Amino acid sequence: MAAMRRLIWPLLILAALLLVNVAFIPGFLSIEVREGHLYGSLIDILRFGAPLILVSLGMTLVIATGGIDLSVGSVVAISGALACLQISQDQGVFIAIVLALGLSVLLGAWNGFLVAGIGIQPIIATLILMVAGRGLAQLITDGQIITVNDPAYKLIGGGYWLTVPFGVLIVLAVLAITAFLTRRLALGLLIESVGGNAEASRLAGIRSRGIIVMVYAFAALCAGVAGLMISSNVSSADGNNAGLWIELDAILAVVIGGTSLAGGRFSLGGTVLGALIIQTLTTTIYSIGVPPETTLLFKALVVAVVCLVQSPAFRDKVFHRRRRPPSARPAEEKVRVTA
Amino acid sequence: MTTLSLGGGRVIPAKYVPVLVTACLFAAMFVVGGIRYDGFASGQVVLNVFIDNAFLLVVAVGMTFVILTGGIDLSVGSVVALSTMISATLMAGPGWPPYLVVPLVLLIGSGLGLVMGYLVHAFDIQPFIVTLAGMFLARGLCYTIGTDSVPIEDPTFTAFAQTRIDLFADLWISPSVLIAAVVVLVAAYVLHYTRLGRAVYATGGSEQSALLMGLPVGRTKIAVYTISGFCSALGGVLLSFYMLSGYGLHAVGMELDAIAAVVIGGTLLTGGTGFLLGTVLGVLVLGLIQTILSFEGTLSSWWTKIFIGLLLFAFILLQRLFSARTRP
Amino acid sequence: MAVPAPILRMSGIGKQFPGVHALDGVDLRLLPGEVHALMGENGAGKSTLIKVLTGVHQADEGAIELAGQAVAFGSPLEARQAGISTVYQEVNLCTNLSVAENILIGREPRRWGRIDWKRMRARARELLARLELDLDVSAPLSSYSLAIQQMVAIARALDVEARVLILDEPTSSLDADEVGQLFRVMRRLKEEGIAILFVSHFLDQIYEISDRMTILRNGRLVGEYPTRELSQVDLVAKMIGQELAALDRLHGEAAAFDRPLVEARELGRPGAIEPFTLTIHEGEVVGLAGLLGSGRTEIARLLFGADHAGGGQVAIGGAPASLRTPRAAMSHKIAFCSENRKADGLIPDLTVRENIILALQATRGWTRPVPREQQDELVGKYVKALRISPPNPEHLVRDLSGGNQQKVLLARWLILEPRLLILDEPTRGIDVGAKTEIQRLVAELSDGGVAVLFISAELEEVLRLSHKVGVLRDRRLVAELPNGPELTTDVLMETIASGGRA
Repeated sequence: MAAMRRLIWPLLILAALLLVNVAFIPGFLSIEVREGHLYGSLIDILRFGAPLILVSLGMTLVIATGGIDLSVGSVVAISGALACLQISQDQGVFIAIVLALGLSVLLGAWNGFLVAGIGIQPIIATLILMVAGRGLAQLITDGQIITVNDPAYKLIGGGYWLTVPFGVLIVLAVLAITAFLTRRLALGLLIESVGGNAEASRLAGIRSRGIIVMVYAFAALCAGVAGLMISSNVSSADGNNAGLWIELDAILAVVIGGTSLAGGRFSLGGTVLGALIIQTLTTTIYSIGVPPETTLLFKALVVAVVCLVQSPAFRDKVFHRRRRPPSARPAEEKVRVTA
Repeated sequence: MTTLSLGGGRVIPAKYVPVLVTACLFAAMFVVGGIRYDGFASGQVVLNVFIDNAFLLVVAVGMTFVILTGGIDLSVGSVVALSTMISATLMAGPGWPPYLVVPLVLLIGSGLGLVMGYLVHAFDIQPFIVTLAGMFLARGLCYTIGTDSVPIEDPTFTAFAQTRIDLFADLWISPSVLIAAVVVLVAAYVLHYTRLGRAVYATGGSEQSALLMGLPVGRTKIAVYTISGFCSALGGVLLSFYMLSGYGLHAVGMELDAIAAVVIGGTLLTGGTGFLLGTVLGVLVLGLIQTILSFEGTLSSWWTKIFIGLLLFAFILLQRLFSARTRP
Repeated sequence: MAVPAPILRMSGIGKQFPGVHALDGVDLRLLPGEVHALMGENGAGKSTLIKVLTGVHQADEGAIELAGQAVAFGSPLEARQAGISTVYQEVNLCTNLSVAENILIGREPRRWGRIDWKRMRARARELLARLELDLDVSAPLSSYSLAIQQMVAIARALDVEARVLILDEPTSSLDADEVGQLFRVMRRLKEEGIAILFVSHFLDQIYEISDRMTILRNGRLVGEYPTRELSQVDLVAKMIGQELAALDRLHGEAAAFDRPLVEARELGRPGAIEPFTLTIHEGEVVGLAGLLGSGRTEIARLLFGADHAGGGQVAIGGAPASLRTPRAAMSHKIAFCSENRKADGLIPDLTVRENIILALQATRGWTRPVPREQQDELVGKYVKALRISPPNPEHLVRDLSGGNQQKVLLARWLILEPRLLILDEPTRGIDVGAKTEIQRLVAELSDGGVAVLFISAELEEVLRLSHKVGVLRDRRLVAELPNGPELTTDVLMETIASGGRA
C-alpha cells in the first residue's frame, strides 16, 4: 500500500548495497553461532548500527513535528559520561543508568521548552545544547577518558543475550515501544497533525506544546540510551568524541527513510532502513576495498540525490520542463505562488 | 519600542542595541580579566586574540552574509580543512608555487559555495541540508586526498607565518590579521554601500517582499553562499599560515564557532538584522573567553564550550524578547 | 461631460485555472485622474484581474492597452516599468530596512557603484513630501504604524513614473484617521492625473472616494457605473446577485426559542470586530450576513476561542465561561468549521479517517486512542451520511474535491456531538449537490436541538436556513432581524447597504 510504496526506494538501495557486499565478500550472508554468540557481517551491521537507529528513531518524531534536534550527539556524550563516572565511583550500574537517562530526558525537555514554550526556532534552540553539551560532557569526565570495567555495564553495548547482541535487543525493544506509542496509542496521529498543519491542529483542540516537549524529551532519551550503548561497547566515556556528528547521520537516516523535513507523515520503518543504509554503506566501503576515507563522499552523494528527488522544484524542472513557457524565470514563479 | 533612551535625552536606535550589548560584554570581560590577572590588561592581549582567531574572523564574515539572508552554512569548517589540505598537498607533492595554489584554493571554495547556493535557490531545498551535504563532501575530499597531516614547508608560507608586523609601543600583529581586517572592511563596504549588500538585508527581512520589490533574490542567495565559500577558503589559507600544515581534521566544528560568533554579535538568525562589527565583536568575545581561561589556568578548556553555550542562550533569549516587542 | 481617453483598457479578459473559469470576458477601463473602484465578493475575480493586469498571471484571452499601445507583461517588474504600480493589502516591504531604502531599493542613487546615502535620503524625503509626509527616512520602517507603511509603499510605487496605481485593500487594517490621511493622498494623486484602481470592502469608503466602479461576479463583468448614479442597495444587489434556483425554504421563519445556549455580551476584539451582543438559543440557526471583511469570520473565531477577545463576557447555559482557547470552547461543546479549509481545517497529508477523528482524539489525549472499531464505525457512518466520495476512509484528504473536504471537516465536528456548531462559509466553492446536502444537514441538526451559527456570503442561503439573521457591516453587528416572510434578500441588502440606519 501507500506505506510500502514509500519504503520501496530505501529498500532497493539497501538491497543494492547488500548485493554489492555479496559480490565482493564470500560468505557475507552467512551467520553462525560461535561460543554461544551470533556472528556474521549482517549481525555486525546491526550491532554497530544500533546506536544510530536509536538516535534516528527519536529524531524521526522530532522531525515529524516540523522540528529538528541538533543536540542528540551531545546528549549521547553526556549520558555515557555520567554513567561511566557513576560506575567508576562504585555506584551501582542500575543507579548509573537511571541517572544518565534521567539527565537525558531533562535535557530533552529543556529543548522542548525552548521550542514550544519560548518559541525559538528548533534549529537554533537545539544548537545551544549542541555546543554547551559537549563542554558539559567533558566537565563530567573532567576532560579524561573514563574507563570502566563492569561486566553488567558491558552487557549493554558489547554483550549478548540468548546469542543475540544485547544492543540489537534494546533497539528492538525501543522500536516496539515507539511503534506502540505512536501507532497503537494516538501519539503518532497527533504528532503528524501538529507537523502537518500547526494552526489547524490548534483549532482541532490539540495540545501541541505538550506534544512537542514530549517528543524532544523522547529524542533525548533515545540519544541517552545510545550513549550508554556506545560507552559500554568501548568500556569508556569520551566526552569529546562520543556521538560526534551522529545528529547529522540521524537526520540523514530520517530523510532517506522518507520522512519530510517539513514535518507531517513519518515512517519508523523507513528510518530504521535509512539508518541501516548508512551503516551498510560504511561497511561496504570497508569491505570492497574502497578507502574508508571516502565514506563521507558517498554520504554527500546520497544526501544530494535524496534531497533533489524529494524536492518538488527539482521534479518540476526535470520532468515537466516542456510544459512551461520558456520565458518563465524562477523568481516569477515564486511570486505566482505567494502573491 | 524601537529606541532605547538614555539619560540626558539621547536616543540609540534599536538596531544598535545588540551590538552595544556585545561591546559592553567584551569591555566588561576585559576589565574583569585585567583586575584578576597580571599582564592581562595590555593591548597585546587583544591583538593576540586577533592573531589567534584571524581565520575564524574571516569565516564568520562569510557566515554573516549567509545568516543575514536567513540561511545557514554548515560547510564552512570542512571547506577550511579542504583548503589547508589542498594547499599543503599541492605545495608538498608537485611543488606548486603559492601564487598558483592560493588562487586555486579560493576558486574551489567559491565554486563549492556557488553550487550550494544554486541548489538552495533553484530547488528550494533547505540550506541546512544542502550545506550539510557540502560539509560531508568537503570533509570527504580531505580524507580522500590524505588522512595524515601534511606539513607545509614552502618558504613563502613559512615566511608569512613568522612575519611580525610591528605597530607602535611593542605591539605587533601577524599578516593574517591584516588580511582579516581587509576582509572585514571590504565586507562592511559591500553590505552597506552596494546594491548586493542591501539586497542581502532585504532578502533576510522578507523574501517575498524583496521579490515583489523586484530585487534579484535568487542571485543574492547564490551570491551569499559563494561569498561564504570564498571566505571559508581564505580562512583555510590563513589557518595554513597559522598551523603550517594541511589536515583533514583541521577546523572540526568551526561552523559552530562561526555561527556562535555571528549570533553573539547580535545578528538575528532569522535574517535581516545585524552588523559586521557585531560579528567582529562576537569573534573577540569567543577569543577572549579562551584567553581568560588560559590566564585562569585552573579552569579547563571545556568551560569554553559551556560559556559559549550560555552566551548563545542569553543572546537568543535577548533576540527573542526583542523581536516579540518590536512585532506586537 | 466629455470622457477623456482611457489610460488603460482591458477587454475580453479570460483566465482559466484547472477546473475553474476565474475570469470570463471581463472589460475594465481606467481614465486618467479618476479613482475607480473594483467591486465583487469573494471569488468574483478581482484579485485574478489585478494579477493579470500586473503580469503575475498571463491572460488566456483578451487584450490590454496602455495609453493606446497593446501591452502584455511577463512579470510585476515589467508592469511597474511601464507605469503600473501596485500596493497590496499586506504591506510588501521590508520592515527591517530604513524608510528611504524601502522607497528606493533597487533604484538607489549611486556614485561609482557606491550607494549615495545622502542623495537617497533627500530623494526619499522629496517623494514623501509629495504625499504630505515628513518622516525620519533613516529610521527603520518597523518603527512606523501600518498606515505610514502603506504610505511608504505608495511613495515607492510613485517613484517610477506611475500612470496607474493599484491599491488592493489598502484600508483593511487602518483606523478612521489613517483612512482619512490615505484619502487625502489619493485625491492629490488624482489631481496629478494618475488613474487609481481601488479595492475595498468598506462601502462608505467606496462612496467617499471613488468616481466610477466596475463590478464583477463569479468571474464575469456585471457592469461599469458612475458611483453617483448607483445606490448602495443596487451595488450590493449587483455584487451578491440573486440565486435563481428556488429551493424551498427549510426554515425561513422565526420561532420562539427560550433556552439560551451561548450569550455574548459586548464581546469584541480591537481591529477585528466592534463589541457585539448576540444570543444563540438551543436548536436555533443564527445566520450572519454581511460582505466579505465585515467581521463575520471574526465573530465566529471569538466564539470558538481561536482569537483572544479584547473585552466582553460570554455565558454558556447561563453560567459565565471563558473561551480563551479552542480547547476551552470544545469543552463547552462548541465546534467550528473554518472558512479556510486548507489553512485552518484539514491536515492534507492525513487520511479521511484520521482527519475525521482528529478532534475527538484531541479531546481524549494521546493516551486513550479511539479504538479502531469505533473509528471505523463513526467514520463509516459519516462517510455514508454525508456521502463523502470516494467512500474510502483511507484516502488522503488532499486528493478530495473541495466539497468532500468540507464534508470531512463537518464530520470531524459532528462526531463530537456539539451543542453549538459554527459554520463559516461551509458551502463556498463546492458544487450544488454538496451544497444542498450541507444545507439539509444544518436543518436536521437544528431540529435535533443543536444550535448553529451559519455564515455565508449568499443571502439566499442564509435566509433559507436561519431563524434569525445578524447583519454585519464594516466590522460592526448592525442589526439582528427575525426571519419571516417579510425578510427578503432585498431587505437584507438594504440593511447591509444602509448599515441599519434606515
